[in-house]
Amino acid sequence: MSTTRHPGLNLGPHHGKADDTAEVEVFGFWVFMMSDAIIFGLLMATYVVMSGNLNGGPGPRELFELRPVFIETMLLLFSSLTFGFAQIGMKYHPHPARMIIWLLVSIALALIFVGMEVNDFITMAGKGGVPQASGFLSSFYALVPLHGIHVTAACIWAFAILGQIAVYGLDDEVKTGMLRLGILWHFLDIVWIGIFSIVYIGGLA
Amino acid sequence: MSDLWSLIFGRLTLDALPVMEIIHATNGRELASGIVGTAAAGLAVLGALYLLYALTKYRLWGPVWRNWLTSVDHKKIGIMYIVLALVMLARALAEAFVMRTQQVLGDGGGGLVSNEHFAQLFSTHGTIMIFFMAMPFLTGLINYVMPLQIGARDVAFPTMNSVSLGFTAAGAVLLMISLVLQPFSTGGWTGYPPFTEAAFNPGPGPDYWIWAVTLSGIGTTLSGINFVVTIYKFRCDGMKLMDMPLFCWTSLCTSILMIFALPPLTVATGLLALDRYFGFHMFTNGGGGNMMNFANLFWLFGHPEVYILILPAFGVYSEVFSTFSSKTLYGYTALVIATMCIAVLSFTVWVHHFFTMGQSANLNAIFGIATMLIGIPTGVKIYDWMLTMYRGRVRMAVPMVYAVAFLILFTIGGLSGILLANPSLDYVMHNTLFLVAHFHNMLIPGLLFGMLAGYTLWFPKAFGFILDPKWGYRAAYLWIAGFVFAFFPLYGLGFLGMPRRMAEYFNGAWFPLTIVALLGAVLIIAAFACLCIQLYVSIRDREALAVPMGDPWDSRTLEWAVPAPAPEWNFPATPEVEGRDAFATLKEGGYDLRAPDDGYHDIEMPRNSALGPVLMVSSTAMAFGLVWYMWWLAALGAVVCFAATVAYGFRRDTHHIIKAADVKAEWEAFCALADTTPRIPRSLEQTTQNMGHAIPASEEIIS
Ligand SMILES: [Cu+2]
Repeated sequence: MSTTRHPGLNLGPHHGKADDTAEVEVFGFWVFMMSDAIIFGLLMATYVVMSGNLNGGPGPRELFELRPVFIETMLLLFSSLTFGFAQIGMKYHPHPARMIIWLLVSIALALIFVGMEVNDFITMAGKGGVPQASGFLSSFYALVPLHGIHVTAACIWAFAILGQIAVYGLDDEVKTGMLRLGILWHFLDIVWIGIFSIVYIGGLA
Repeated sequence: MSDLWSLIFGRLTLDALPVMEIIHATNGRELASGIVGTAAAGLAVLGALYLLYALTKYRLWGPVWRNWLTSVDHKKIGIMYIVLALVMLARALAEAFVMRTQQVLGDGGGGLVSNEHFAQLFSTHGTIMIFFMAMPFLTGLINYVMPLQIGARDVAFPTMNSVSLGFTAAGAVLLMISLVLQPFSTGGWTGYPPFTEAAFNPGPGPDYWIWAVTLSGIGTTLSGINFVVTIYKFRCDGMKLMDMPLFCWTSLCTSILMIFALPPLTVATGLLALDRYFGFHMFTNGGGGNMMNFANLFWLFGHPEVYILILPAFGVYSEVFSTFSSKTLYGYTALVIATMCIAVLSFTVWVHHFFTMGQSANLNAIFGIATMLIGIPTGVKIYDWMLTMYRGRVRMAVPMVYAVAFLILFTIGGLSGILLANPSLDYVMHNTLFLVAHFHNMLIPGLLFGMLAGYTLWFPKAFGFILDPKWGYRAAYLWIAGFVFAFFPLYGLGFLGMPRRMAEYFNGAWFPLTIVALLGAVLIIAAFACLCIQLYVSIRDREALAVPMGDPWDSRTLEWAVPAPAPEWNFPATPEVEGRDAFATLKEGGYDLRAPDDGYHDIEMPRNSALGPVLMVSSTAMAFGLVWYMWWLAALGAVVCFAATVAYGFRRDTHHIIKAADVKAEWEAFCALADTTPRIPRSLEQTTQNMGHAIPASEEIIS
């Protein structure tokens, strides 16, 4: 049935039914990502509009530290790379071992990212950078933690896929699930690049 | 005691019961207001109790659960959407009637309901009509019709479809609860901060609004994704995009709007929730907030929303004009392009909703011109529809009555819109009843008449019998007259300077026109009563009105090629078509009843899923907990939502097989019935002689 290919990793005909159904599911997930992209885009625009409303509170220079944020960026980028390894493992190796290992590495990198990010927020709060302090901080906390929540949700999804592998092995649903999770995973990377550029670099420039 | 109470019930106290308004009343008007509120709440509770009683008494819990609530069949989900829409329509109409009465009695002060109560009425009326009447109605129609029109077996993601319905229903349930455990928001359907901020509105009202709107918005986004993927990926062989029936085109454009326009709403309500629950300063007056962000975000949703509402109705009208003129649609390509233009332009005009809020004159001018541009593709459509009728054999069946009324009334509404699109005129009129008259003029003849036309048109496909035409005409003419009497006076009141949302006033010049408008409201209530009677009469006489052959109107598109009601599997084999008006072509060649070319095959259909109803209950619980600060309930609801979704991922045995032999038997029985069922000419299509087996237009002898 499926002769069209979708953007991103394609499974190939030797995956049988998973390859057939992947096209529709992946297309649907791309469409979902588009609407999610609108949410992040609007929150970024709102942040840009609000970034001058300091209300006498602390501004970006008092609150942001580039070093941990840069490390976080690297963590997220590398987790995208390792997630790609997991997907390639799934595509070319009939046994899930390779895929599981790379998936665990990706989850670990993403969770360290979330942990560091929470630490950033705590540090900021210690300097008076709480969302209630100003419009600037409100829009910051509406945008950045939402990305963190997305990353956390993606990790939970990854754990759910590991659970499904434990129960059913590397079956069709796991495969198409991995394709969709992959799109989310890389998408969150792109969103983070946006946040890193607009919020952190922009704020400190 | 009170600690325990607030631990369990949060800030919910007995004062939330509407009967307390009677007890605390200090004058006659407050007493009347309390009685109105209590009666409405009583009706809601009685309705719910009766439903539970009837389900239990007739042992329907099992069948309803198995055949409806957990069903992922797009046809059943579509029907459930429309049932929801009609129930909510009844409530919103009753509210409209009370509001019109109040504006008559409000002359010189006084009236039926308190100012606070009036403010809740216009807020729930708008919220319900947009999110819980119009949206479910059109989503239901698209759900039922679109997959059949493109020759598909179901939508792309059947379980997600059921989940979308669940979220929409959850929002509706929340609104019904707000009738009993008050108050609802007083911020209008747009919920503008800072008025809806905690500083001015600390009670649960705006929270009801936030969560009801957010839940339904999420449901709508998911529906949009589902429909888009269905249309792009599941068209039958031979159906190119430019061969799709126009209803599918408008469904596609509406769905694209849903995907891109609903996220701004989610962002707007979500940020407002952050303000209210966590003390953020997104839209507050102080603290560095900026309420203009809300206006931009909300109308970035709100304006495309009016095209989400109107485009499916345009699709219905296209089918109606073509069917009841026995002609192919005039200017198909122009209609498609116009639809796409409208979809794009709808995102470029949102600023016209706040011309008076202090942006520069140049910006206002640009957005004013952009707004007027939408008149061009809309005008193209109007001419195409008129030319479809030209030299056709026009039959004034009930859907056609709505459609013709739409042509005339909608044009008047469009003209008043062009007036408002001029910023300098908008400065004078924007907050008067002129505006109210304008958007009701677009949404009642535009959207609602279209939905009712579609309901009448496709009802026989869904249930196997046509709706009684006599009561249908009565309803249609009463709707038209009621609309004219209820809303044309509001244009006059607007010119006289009467502000919208006014509970009492001291300008006697407004009084006479408010009486005319009330008369219109009475006619509209009568129209709705006719619709109810029509449904009752039609169900009573369903044997006589039956159209088992499934083509009562000599229609032209694929959904009419199958029996009525449509079988679970839609088509015995996925059809292969050529060109537009696929079914009309099949009928002309005499191929409409042939067996599938390469025989019958087993059909794989998705199994029922409880995910939709489970998410509906748990998200309602979560939202209710959030409204009343019952944190345990909110957390419980959220956890169940989350756990159910994860658990769903572990489901594997998701399909069942319908045997080729069963499909064959059913289809052959249908074909055999065709041999014994007389074909009827179009002049008899609204009589009991109609068995759904029309004489094709090309064969009918014109006498
Ligand atoms: Cu608008």
